[in-house]
Order: sequence, then C-alpha cells, then structure tokens
Amino acid sequence: MIIRSTDDIAPSEITPQAVHARRRELMVALGAGLAGGVLGARSAAAAETPQAELLDGVTRGRFATSEAQTTFKDATSYNNYYEFSTDKYSPAGLAKRLRVRPWEVVVDGEVARPRTIGIDELLRLPREERIYRMRCVEGWSMVIPWVGFEFARLARLVEPTSKARYVEFITASQDTMPGLSYRVLDWPYGEGLRLDEAMHPLTIMAIGMYGQVLPNQNGAPIRLVVPWKYGFKSAKSIVHIRFTATQPGTAWNKAAANEYGFYSNVNPEVDHPRWSQATERRIGEFRKRPTLPFNGYAEQVASLYTGMDLRKNF
Amino acid sequence: MKVIAFVAALLPLMRLVVLGVTDELGANPIEVITRSTGTWTMVMLWIALGITPVRHLTGWHWLVDLRRMAGLFAAFYGTLHLTTYVWFDQFFDVPAMWHDILKRPFITVGVAAFLLLIPLAITSTDRWQQRMGTRNWLRLHRLAYACAILAALHFVWLVKRDTREALVYAGILGLLLALRLPIVLRRRHRRVPVRRQ
Repeated sequence: MIIRSTDDIAPSEITPQAVHARRRELMVALGAGLAGGVLGARSAAAAETPQAELLDGVTRGRFATSEAQTTFKDATSYNNYYEFSTDKYSPAGLAKRLRVRPWEVVVDGEVARPRTIGIDELLRLPREERIYRMRCVEGWSMVIPWVGFEFARLARLVEPTSKARYVEFITASQDTMPGLSYRVLDWPYGEGLRLDEAMHPLTIMAIGMYGQVLPNQNGAPIRLVVPWKYGFKSAKSIVHIRFTATQPGTAWNKAAANEYGFYSNVNPEVDHPRWSQATERRIGEFRKRPTLPFNGYAEQVASLYTGMDLRKNF
Repeated sequence: MKVIAFVAALLPLMRLVVLGVTDELGANPIEVITRSTGTWTMVMLWIALGITPVRHLTGWHWLVDLRRMAGLFAAFYGTLHLTTYVWFDQFFDVPAMWHDILKRPFITVGVAAFLLLIPLAITSTDRWQQRMGTRNWLRLHRLAYACAILAALHFVWLVKRDTREALVYAGILGLLLALRLPIVLRRRHRRVPVRRQ
C-alpha cells in the first residue's frame, strides 16, 4: 500500500491561521445589464445562520484549502440525494424525515474483528476540520468545511486482513426515502474504493460540516468524503462498510458503465460522454473555472495511480 | 383573448426576473434559468402544435388566432435558452461550442431544433404567407413537428438518469402527432380523387 507522508502537502493547501477564521469573498459582479444585476446580487446574501447542533472539540485538520467556502445555505439546499429525490432542491426538505437515531454501522468482510459500531462511538472519535473542494460530475463544485476523521482510523478498529483489497460503502435505505420507490439506481446505493484510496489520509468519514452536526440532506449521520473523486463517490448516510477481496459494484457504474467508471477521479481530460469536464461552475461564482486534475489534489494522490491509464480507468 | 394569452406567456419570464432580483434562484441560478427557458420553449411549441388537433376535436376555431403567438413565444424562449448557453455557460467560446455541437448529441439536436425555428419565426407574418403562397407556407411550417421531435430528444438525452419528466414531454408530443394522423390521412384521401380527374 502506498501512503505518502502527509508532510508533503502543498503550501497552498495549508490555511494560514489568520485566514482560517471563516471569511467571505464577495463575488465580483460580472456581466452587464440584467444578468449582472441578478447574478451579482447572490453572494452578498451569504450570511450564514447555523441552526443545527454545534460540534465541540473540532481541531484544525491537516488539509484545508484557503479558497472561499460555499455558503452554508447553498451547500445545504442544493444536494444530490436520489433516495429522496432526483431534484437537487428537494432533499433539503424531504430528508428531514430521515431517522438518524438509532444508527449503527456494520463493518465487516475481510477484517480480523468485524464490528457493529454505534454512531455515538463514532462521534466520540477525535474529529478535525477538513476544508475540501467538492466537484460534482455534473460540472459544478463547492468548497465545504467538513468535520470528521480519517477512514484509516475506523479501519484500525476492525483490522483489515491481507485479503482486503477494496472497501464497499453502503447507504441506508429507509421507508423515509420516497426516492427508493423508483429504481433509478440499484438500491441500496453502494460505492467502492480501492483499499489504498480508502486508507489515504485525504479520505475521511464526515460527521459534520461548518462546525455543525451533518444536516440530513448532506448525508447524516455519517458519510464518506473522497475529495479527489466526483461527488457521487462520497456515499451518504453509511450503514455498512465491507472490506472485500474483489472490486465491488458501484451504483452509478451499474446504472451506466460507459459514463461512470469505478475510479471516477476528477479528470478534466476525460469528458463525460455527454458533457465536458474541462471546466466547472463553483457555486456562488458567475464565471466558470478550469477543473484541476484530481480536483487539485494531484500532489497528494496521483502516485496512487502510477502506471495506470486513467482514460481507460476513468 | 390575445392580450390575456400574451401576458400569460410572459409570466415564466417575469417569474425568473422576480426570482433573480430577490435572489431566490437558488444555488445554481444559471442552471435554473437554462432549465426554465428550455422548458417553456417546449411548452410553447407543444401548445402551437396542439392547437390544430384541439380545434378539430372541440370546434373552437378561434384558437387558431393564438397559434402564431405560441409559435413565436417558442422562438422567444428558445432564443433566451440558447443565449443562456452561449453567454453564461460557454462565455462565447466558439471552439468549445463547436466541439459541443459535434460531440454531444443532445447539444447537436438542440441547436438543430433552434435553427429550424428561425425560418418559421421569420416567415410567421401574413405578408410572408402571401408571398410564399399558403400551400408552400404550410409545407414549410410543418418543420415545427421536426423541431419538436428534436427538442424532445434534446431533453431525453441530456438527463443523467431520471428521464421521467422528459418522457412526459415526448409522450405528449407523440399524442399530438397521433392526433394529427387522421387529419393527414383524410387530406390524402381527398387529394387522390382530385388528381384522377
């Protein structure tokens, strides 16, 4: 397994203490006439009103981009959570019904000590803030301050055996989820990573964001976050983690294998068959920006894929 | 009646303007504007195509007065839709758009649908109808069906996975085409003996 030392983080990825205090960059209103007026007005209304339960004991994480964070309002109102709805504005309301207690995560498969871990135990693990870019396969992106712990820490609790080569993540399926009645995907939602990807220090299990308990529509009470891959890889509301010897099937790959590969690393060079991945719209911004290889985390993760043809293994 | 229809057809645009000014267009305003103008292009085009069959079914012949307006509003919303793409999505990057048109079938058919709307909008006036002769004019304006089929494909092909809404539009178009069938057949029956004389 190749895990690079975490000391070689690009200086640009480390937030100076002075900048760390949350700040807002007002977007420069671009464009003339109606468009300029309408769109320029947006980010001025970025004031955040945290209402959920605050998480204490959150330390500053090792990885934090200094880019402007997406507003709490946008990050919690524009969500892909197909178990609730295929419309991105609906989960914010519909996911209120999600039952997040009691909650257990079954961790089994190729491990020495399979366990069923209650959410309270997971919430007691030391947690830190990780400010990550999140790039959706649909061509938009956000910057989100997650709160969580490295997946590797959870793996240590169950001791993966030498047979373990992949990790499968399975999302809850509850009667609170109206989207399940339509088989738009093969429920329950399953995602997967190679073991070295899962054990990489960038890969976290998030239990919060913006210093608060994770909102339901963002994948409460615990979700995966893999910042160098398209957003759909970061499965929400996890109930089952399975270490496997063989590559697990993944929801979007099963739905359309020619459009969504197992790896799904952010790659501006490999277009989605129906749209370009060269640029993205950062939510809150007017102009599009170029998409970076591995979503800007190439320095940390490119070595995981040495010798692999990333056009074939998209 | 025409005034009411005109104002009603402007409501979708008014809604976008109000939502924009009050910052209620959501996290991704450009996506909302693109979707909405695209939707209303189809709705207007479907209305324009639906007027003839509905007129035949109900005998409400006054509806024909609204057909041209519906068609022109389809062209209007279609222009807004395309402008949103060219300006706010591609920022006038001609090579990127050309690449899109060649490589992405849903863009190809979308642009084709818009191009078909142009001659229809230009020749929508009485004067053009006279200049072309009613028969040729009608023949040209049957392109509206081709345009609608392309627009429906544009919608179905762009959707990531949940095609239900797109298929509703395609289904209604299929129904409209099916309703046209008896009229087309009747016309053909009528024409055959005329030719034999």
